[in-house]
Amino acid sequence: MADVNLTIDGKKVTAPAGTLLIEAAKSAGIEVPSFCYYPNLSLQGACRMCLVKIEKMPKLQTACTTVISEGMMVTTDSDEVRQARKGMIELLLGNHPLDCPVCDAGGECELQDMTFSYGAAESRFIDVKNHRDEQQWSPVVYFDRPRCILCYRCVRVCGEGMDVWALGVQHRGVSSTIVPNQEDHLECEECGMCIDICPVGALTSGAYRYKTRPWEMKHVGTTCTHCADGCKTTLGVRRCSTGTELVRGDNRDKSGINGDFLCIKGRYGFDFAHHEDRLHQPLIRRNGRLTPCTWEEAFQLTGERLRQIRDREGGDAIAVIGSTRTTNEENYLLQKFARTVLGTNHIDHHRTADYPALVAALAGHPKLTASMRELFEAPAMLLIGNDPTRQHPLLAWQIRNNVRLHRARLYLVNAQPIKLRRQASSFFAIPAGREAEVAAFLAGQDSAVAAIASETSPEAWIRWRDQLRREPKLVVMFGSEIRGDAVASLIKFAADLPEAKLICLGDYANSRGAADMGLYPDLLPGYHPVTEVGEFHKDWGGVPEKPGLSLRQMAEHAQAGKLKALYVVGANPVEELGLDPFVFSQSFVVVEDLFLTETAAIADVVLPAANAYEKSGTFTNTCGDLQLVKKAGEVTGTKSDFEIIVRIADAMGVAVRKLVPFGRGSRADMGQSRGAQSGEADRHSVWLEARGLEPKMSPFDPMAILDEIQRLVPGYDVSRLHLLAGMDQHTSLSGSGPGTKHDPSAIMPARDDLFSSGTLGRYCRTLNAVLENGHKLAAEEEVAAE
Amino acid sequence: MRFSEPFEQRFQEMASHYPTRRSLLVPTLLYAQDEVGFLSDEVVAEIARRVELTELEVRNVISYYSMLTTQPRGKYNVQVCTNIACLLMGGEEILDRCRLKLGIREKETTPDGLFSLEEVECMGACCWAPAVQVNYDFHEHLTPQKMDQILDQYTKKGTERRR
Repeated sequence: MADVNLTIDGKKVTAPAGTLLIEAAKSAGIEVPSFCYYPNLSLQGACRMCLVKIEKMPKLQTACTTVISEGMMVTTDSDEVRQARKGMIELLLGNHPLDCPVCDAGGECELQDMTFSYGAAESRFIDVKNHRDEQQWSPVVYFDRPRCILCYRCVRVCGEGMDVWALGVQHRGVSSTIVPNQEDHLECEECGMCIDICPVGALTSGAYRYKTRPWEMKHVGTTCTHCADGCKTTLGVRRCSTGTELVRGDNRDKSGINGDFLCIKGRYGFDFAHHEDRLHQPLIRRNGRLTPCTWEEAFQLTGERLRQIRDREGGDAIAVIGSTRTTNEENYLLQKFARTVLGTNHIDHHRTADYPALVAALAGHPKLTASMRELFEAPAMLLIGNDPTRQHPLLAWQIRNNVRLHRARLYLVNAQPIKLRRQASSFFAIPAGREAEVAAFLAGQDSAVAAIASETSPEAWIRWRDQLRREPKLVVMFGSEIRGDAVASLIKFAADLPEAKLICLGDYANSRGAADMGLYPDLLPGYHPVTEVGEFHKDWGGVPEKPGLSLRQMAEHAQAGKLKALYVVGANPVEELGLDPFVFSQSFVVVEDLFLTETAAIADVVLPAANAYEKSGTFTNTCGDLQLVKKAGEVTGTKSDFEIIVRIADAMGVAVRKLVPFGRGSRADMGQSRGAQSGEADRHSVWLEARGLEPKMSPFDPMAILDEIQRLVPGYDVSRLHLLAGMDQHTSLSGSGPGTKHDPSAIMPARDDLFSSGTLGRYCRTLNAVLENGHKLAAEEEVAAE
Repeated sequence: MRFSEPFEQRFQEMASHYPTRRSLLVPTLLYAQDEVGFLSDEVVAEIARRVELTELEVRNVISYYSMLTTQPRGKYNVQVCTNIACLLMGGEEILDRCRLKLGIREKETTPDGLFSLEEVECMGACCWAPAVQVNYDFHEHLTPQKMDQILDQYTKKGTERRR
């Protein structure tokens, strides 16, 4: 749109026609205060804080609802304006309890800040304040009515942003109040967006309320450890008797790919870190019972046994199961350790998406993957299978708000009437399990239409496909329903479109990273087959070339008595994949995990690991966006998986420098990635460098392995500066190996819902409280119905 | 939930008058209240479905308008104006009289379900103040005595019909 020239506080400002005055002022560095205005939400004009003087207009105008026009002369700061704002605050404070000393928002409250700026601390009101007791609306949402200033932000973000519409405003004038949809409680997705967006302390969270003050915490922006979307969550940490405690999660740092968004898991799903069942000591099986021991004993025993088995039986007798929640560096290190130290290709992980098939089909089409940010800008989107609202909350947010704010077209194909159909320009229901036929039909196989045209006629399907073929920039998303050949069909379809891109949906925080880093029996990092002698073989000095065993085959191998050792890192295959624990009774089993899981229960050695919020590294989300994981919390007695792997290698008598290229000559981390501790590390390195000393770099530093990843894994050679600055960068799959075709049945979707998150979710108090509350309400409803 | 035939006809006709579905909400609520007597949970659910809003949004609107109610009212809803013109002409006395005569306070209903009482803002009858509206009928230039007679008439009308 054409530009408009105006003057704000004597400054010449140019902005596109249609810009709101408040935004134009912001672009010129002039702050106009507001409570109710929030970018990307509908306009409210409720709080009257943004009043400004516009020449030739008789009264003060609200900058948040005024569209700029040519030649406008605006004054945002004059005695008249200040007086008006002061008056508004005095009115707002008329019934405000001023309980700042006990309010959660105290210290980061917009009303508090404004009161200080406009000096309305004295009130002429002498009426008794109208007190209402606080209400609990759900396990996570509390409402303190007197604190509310009726800005309606919560109502709008819940409705417009989340499409949940669980909050409303009832009554009129001074009696207006925010209400939940079920009279005295909420029935919603419990995302907590209303709490984060509240400018005051009217909405507070059950997870954080009355625990601490904002200035007592350090704030660490890191990547969420739950689903595969890779939201940035800011963890508030505080020292405690057992290390550093995570007190709060929110997204005060809006620089992440999620912008304003976080779901319940990103916001409240950190409390597993302090669950009472958390392991704080290594355990060794003695006389049939797991008994606590020292780390030294555990490493010694593990190293010795693994070395004996490798030397006597060969690498073929050892298998490794990796994790979808450990960092890229740990995954890379683990498979390098398995292949070069243990001498085995028997390495696998819980697969939730067919990335190798994606890579195989993408050969020759290097730029065909979309990032999470690109999705928000795409003019058209196609989603086949999956239910993002439940399984990929950020993806759903991007889709929803792309439709709302950019009028993007959403084409949906699903066996279930998923919630996103409310945003869809077309929704085609198909019989369950026929997603592959949709892909085939899209690729031009007209005969496939018979299998999918149950509710929609074949003619409509053909018209639909023609319409899709005319979409200039289409983002195609697909869940784990699409595997193997179906992935190839979809890519064939997408490659014929002018600028189509794809997103393949996996389930866990680093599912994509586990695949990219080669936690496969037949694939090295970057989807290079183990059989193909290449750079990895050269760099590592030899890799076993025979493809190893998949997870299922490992169990069979164990049953046949051929598997002497199993090393499990951050996975619970006994529970998640239904592996029979008894088949491993003849094997030496080592498990690294946070809890004594079903898998850890059969182990000979259990090593208490740190979780993703307690270490540094990188995660790759399901789109392929690489992000930094920063250390926030710390729990005494645990170690990062990275350190544990290195220590086991050391106990086996390996030259650790071959495994982790640390020390002189490497570009290792000086502490930028260590979150709360970064200050100390940075100062240390500055002190050393000032004295001309070499910084002491550690074999436990994941950044040393990141050097190797960036050098050897295609697509990962992104800017280190941007990575350390906390920005997301898309790793393209171009230059990857040829990928491969796997047995589609090896993919086991996590089947996680909004309030569950695999084994980790079972130890989240907040998630469980929401689930239990849901059951309780359902039971009450049943009784009432009877 | 079923409404009467005239309601349905009116609803169908109204639907064509408005550009969006939700614009139908306020008149529909009013007609439904006239028919059912109040806006029950069932009515709210049905109307929410028809105008494609959540029940919460429908309730938000109901709570905004004092003429809409989610509680059953008496057969005759006595609305006494005490806004400026009526106040000057003795509206307060009329209200007091109603309280005394009916034995109830505002927003209450007599035990026989015949009357409920409400104090309302201006209803545009200032020229004939003080005024009272019973359901949709106006009664003007009132005095406490006249009010008694009017209430008696309604009592008669209400009890006769019942017999």
